[in-house]
Amino acid sequence: MTFSGLRVVKEALTGHKGWKPLWRNPEPKPSYDVVVVGGGGHGLATAYTLAATYGITNVAVLEKGWLGSGNIGRNTTIIRSNYLLPGNQPFYEFSMKLWERQEQDLNFNSMVSQRGIINLFHTDGQRDAYRRRGNAMHLSGADGRLLTREELREKVPFLNFDNARFPIKGGLMQSRAGTARHDGVAWGYARAADMRGVDIIQNCEVTGFRMEGGRVTGVETTRGTIGAGKVGVAVAGSSSRVMAMAGMRLPIESHVLQAFVSEGLKPTIPGVVTFGAGHFYVSQSDKGGLVFGGDLDGYNSYAQRGGLPTVEDVIEGGMALMPMIGRARLLRSWGGIMDMSMDGSPIIDRTHIDGLYFNGGWCYGGFKATPASGYAFAHLLATDTPHETARAYRFDRFTRGHVIDEKGVGAQPNLH
Amino acid sequence: MLIPHPLLGARDAQEFTYLGDASLMDRPDPNGPEAEAAFCDYVFLRDNPAGVHRELWFHEQGDRSWLVVTRDTVTHEILGAELARDVKRGAQT
Repeated sequence: MTFSGLRVVKEALTGHKGWKPLWRNPEPKPSYDVVVVGGGGHGLATAYTLAATYGITNVAVLEKGWLGSGNIGRNTTIIRSNYLLPGNQPFYEFSMKLWERQEQDLNFNSMVSQRGIINLFHTDGQRDAYRRRGNAMHLSGADGRLLTREELREKVPFLNFDNARFPIKGGLMQSRAGTARHDGVAWGYARAADMRGVDIIQNCEVTGFRMEGGRVTGVETTRGTIGAGKVGVAVAGSSSRVMAMAGMRLPIESHVLQAFVSEGLKPTIPGVVTFGAGHFYVSQSDKGGLVFGGDLDGYNSYAQRGGLPTVEDVIEGGMALMPMIGRARLLRSWGGIMDMSMDGSPIIDRTHIDGLYFNGGWCYGGFKATPASGYAFAHLLATDTPHETARAYRFDRFTRGHVIDEKGVGAQPNLH
Repeated sequence: MLIPHPLLGARDAQEFTYLGDASLMDRPDPNGPEAEAAFCDYVFLRDNPAGVHRELWFHEQGDRSWLVVTRDTVTHEILGAELARDVKRGAQT
């Protein structure tokens, strides 16, 4: 079942009776070539790429809840490739290029909207740092441009330019960045994977790994034992819990990050604006809600909800940056559990157990990475070699001293 | 969250700074065998449990003492707090 304009018209004229579910709900088979644990964005993108690019279609995706019920459904939908370090930026630019062709690849409207992102700066030192970052972005083939204060006033006139503590001096803009419809991304990947023969098995929690002679041969689940040639784990938020079942300790702490959305408003914010100095970033959804967030609550948590002090901190940041936000009413807030790694960067690697592969540690940047994460993980599962853009995302980078620490704060996960 | 400070009573968690797992108090012996591997584990690896977690909080805007707080990471319920120096002393005796 492919989507097209013609089909939409036909269904409109025939009472929308021809639409079918986007994916099957199969019973698990006794075994698969590859079992992907985690039916979120990264797991589904992995399964899709295994089938579509690497021709491996005997694949199952196991999801403990319903499809897309984890962080793919709880983020602030921003896509961008404005990183600094050589281990990161080429990967995120690869992801950006995959976003740009995603709707055609998947034949699904994931509402990728390249409305641009602006990172504000407030001092000469920050201007220099952003200029350097912009140059690093250019080196990877991405776009980036420093905006003057006057250009900013034209694009985002509602900002408080003369804040006494953080006067706005300009910004680094990436025009190709933007937002995407997060649930649509999960559904699009699920449908495209399912169409290529991947079994998506929901309400199927992995409760253990089956090992023989130091090699993984399958997984124990709440729906029985499922054999597997290879097992790929992509369960960010629960990585430590799942990998503990294989006897592994990870360089990861789980933390809660909150996000917020206001009532629907007329179009007012043209793209994404980040105010790093004030722990605040904001965009506007297609429905009109202001979608915004800030920092982690800062303590280990698996609760998917945070505390009021962080709510206050984020909203103070919003009031300092754009006082007009005070007229909007908050519709809802929620929390998601982040795999906060020890250097703020992810891991896509084999483990010391044959046949067991790991993808996690995405901190609060997992959504934008979804297409490339799936691609790189599928590449690793299919070829046993790292994808060229993900070579730095190894477990042993910590022991070798090759950490990828964008913020330079060291092994302190709540500060990344 | 309110943290039951052993000396000061219930204090708002906002007065504290969070460091992490209380195992960070058990620094490996830099002269011991396999010290490099032990330090890599100490610096980078965490149990990260879902459930009861013992963790270090610094009373930065209070009496500047370090506490070992026992807290449930699933419910955020705080189950107890001790002075870190007492915990350390207890471990040594």
